[in-house]
Amino acid sequence: MTAAALRPELRDPLARRRLGRAVAAAVVLWPLLRLSEFRPSTLFDPANLHVMATFVAGFLPPATNAEFLGFLLTATLQTLAMATAGMALAFVVALPLALAATRSLSVAAVGPAEGRWRGQGIRHGVRMLMVLLRSVPEVVWALMFVRALGLGPAAGVLALAITYGGMLAKVYAEILESADARPARALLAAGSGRVGALCFGLLPLAAQELVSYTVYRWECAVRAAVVMGFVGAGGLGQLLDQSLKMLSGGEVSSIALVFLALVFLADAISLALRKVLA
Amino acid sequence: MRARLRRVAGVASVAAVLVAVAASFAYLAVDFRGLFTAEGRHEMARFVAEFFPPDASPDFLRRAGFAALQTLAVSVLGTLIAMLAGGLLALPAAGRLGAAGKWGARFVLSFLRSMPELVWAALMVLAAGLGPFAGTLALALHTTGVLGRLFAESLENAAPAPEAALRELGAGPVARFVYGTLPQVAPQCVGYTLYRWEMNIRMATILGVVGAGGLGQMLYFHLSLFQQPQAATVLAGMIVLVVASDSLSGRIRRALSAQSH
Amino acid sequence: MSLRLEQVGVVHANGRRALAGVDLAVAPGERVALIGPSGAGKTTLLRVAAASLRPTEGRVALLDAQPWSLGARALKALRARVGFVHQAPPIPPRLRVVSAVLAGRLGQWSLTRALRSWVAPADAAGARDALARVGLAERLFERCDQLSGGQLQRVAVARTLYQSPRLLLADEPVSALDAATADAVLRELVGYSVASGASFVASLHAVDLALRWFPRIVGVRDGRVMFDLAAAEVTPDRLAALYAGDAPAVPERPVETTHGATPPLASA
Repeated sequence: MTAAALRPELRDPLARRRLGRAVAAAVVLWPLLRLSEFRPSTLFDPANLHVMATFVAGFLPPATNAEFLGFLLTATLQTLAMATAGMALAFVVALPLALAATRSLSVAAVGPAEGRWRGQGIRHGVRMLMVLLRSVPEVVWALMFVRALGLGPAAGVLALAITYGGMLAKVYAEILESADARPARALLAAGSGRVGALCFGLLPLAAQELVSYTVYRWECAVRAAVVMGFVGAGGLGQLLDQSLKMLSGGEVSSIALVFLALVFLADAISLALRKVLA
Repeated sequence: MRARLRRVAGVASVAAVLVAVAASFAYLAVDFRGLFTAEGRHEMARFVAEFFPPDASPDFLRRAGFAALQTLAVSVLGTLIAMLAGGLLALPAAGRLGAAGKWGARFVLSFLRSMPELVWAALMVLAAGLGPFAGTLALALHTTGVLGRLFAESLENAAPAPEAALRELGAGPVARFVYGTLPQVAPQCVGYTLYRWEMNIRMATILGVVGAGGLGQMLYFHLSLFQQPQAATVLAGMIVLVVASDSLSGRIRRALSAQSH
Repeated sequence: MSLRLEQVGVVHANGRRALAGVDLAVAPGERVALIGPSGAGKTTLLRVAAASLRPTEGRVALLDAQPWSLGARALKALRARVGFVHQAPPIPPRLRVVSAVLAGRLGQWSLTRALRSWVAPADAAGARDALARVGLAERLFERCDQLSGGQLQRVAVARTLYQSPRLLLADEPVSALDAATADAVLRELVGYSVASGASFVASLHAVDLALRWFPRIVGVRDGRVMFDLAAAEVTPDRLAALYAGDAPAVPERPVETTHGATPPLASA
């Protein structure tokens, strides 16, 4: 059946659009492949294969000598400490930001009060600050703090505090705003300050969700702490980076096992805490 | 009695958390006070000031632009490969090839997902050499684990009646899947992929730090040489890339939601 | 024989007995209606007839073949010649009507043709003809979730018509449709059976429709066949006994068995 023989109502209305999209995709795909230097053949390059083969062959057995295990333990503790301290700071950063950004605590919304426009301006400014804090990946912050403060976990803690602070602030503000605002408004109308309205008006309602999200983020922070170690912020990540550069397969597999166990442990702790605290 | 026990457990947990936080700071023995002395603040201010003004020479802007496009390409290709590979692995992971296939596929997906993208990137640099190809592979591997699991869940939640009816009229397994289940899960799976692509763009900018090309590699390079103005331009490029791709992905999402088969 | 069930019994995994001692033989070109109260086992019977449910007792033969002793390929070919209209249309909402109808021949098409048709419908004209018979030709390229429940059921019927089976089975195919449309759809299905010589076995809730369109009526109750008679021999007493305890759809007078004066379906 030729196209000319097709009666108009039998022509597929989507055919043209689909063909167009397929062509567009093909046209875009080629430069993408070139730009990203997509060359699967390099995987089978003899030099690379040799390196990978020796490396992977070294995975078993995992390194278990006492000296290395000592390093591993220190690194694990350092990573855990980095994540916990970073989250604590992030919490400290997030709370005032969330407070400032929550409309439910706006005194101006309750009744006539001066500085209404200023209040809204501050709220918008705070929100934009939170967006900025969130847009830059934590690894980039870590990289810069490493340049500024030198190698070590301090860079990681600060990077976590900033990025996760922004993330926590956004979610705290959302949680606080979606909670029932009437008790807080009543307190504000009765003349209580913002902090008072937060503690006795909003917090009791929102506490469970706030805690739950914070603990979940701590779990993510543990993983992020490992990743930041790669750029010099200490902990398991830095150890892994060193072992990879030395191509010691045994050490890498030990670290990988510990990392998987750590993630699993953090997941379990997070679940347990959420159940108990909520 | 039960409620009392819960309250005790709650208080104990809060206490444990506080102790953990204190212990963490103590263990790290980080002297943050140094940051807040006058000298510390002065140092920080100087450090920050070195980033301005960012290098805006046309030659460098062109290089940064190229790196941005490279990062974008890595994220698109990596996510695309992951969508296909994740789709393939999702079928056994959803139980369509028997119990052994299910546990095998789920194990593979879990392993791919657990290793952070940066670790995969470091490994891929070993396997494929420095450059963006390693980044593409790293993103593809990690994202396959993520998407594969999400796709498998979608598959398991799909209604079985359409495929059963097609089986009754003699359709083969692939045709049954395409006409019966795929229309049900496709919109959700595409949504997951787009969402994952948004995250992968951020990831792709970082992967260069271990040598996987793009903006990340440029940033690491210039920071190592203490060339702050150039680093500032690269950072600005990163933010622009993320914002632009967020809006593009939003538009694609809206266009696809109107599509049909 | 298009369909032969010999002493078929079905006991579900939970111990519940759905069918017992069912004997049914349908000759090529015959039209049979299954009637009976809800839960009588009509759906189970049809599923056994479609070889999608294996009976715990007895033997099944479809189109002169034993489905449960066939190899996979032969079973697939056999299934392609058996059409089944379900009570609820098993069509994914985001599929387009044209693809939903064309899916009827998936048992006969190669995989390449099936995949190509999914991207660009291969036989839009054929799909349109099938849809025209149920009065939905103008909805050819719309998405199924833009149709009402009754329209979607008609698309499912169109799919089975497009399949052109030798044995047509239907489980309450028109229960979701209003009286006039139900009658018109049954007229199309019966017309297909007459024109192609395919056998047609349908379970129906509305007894008047059964009596009007089917020359042979089988009454099913509690998993057993209560009677297997020509339509004219089905008296109100028998119907009352069949539906005893159930809300009856019993007509008061025997209804004519030839095509009544039914309005044609809204044309395309």
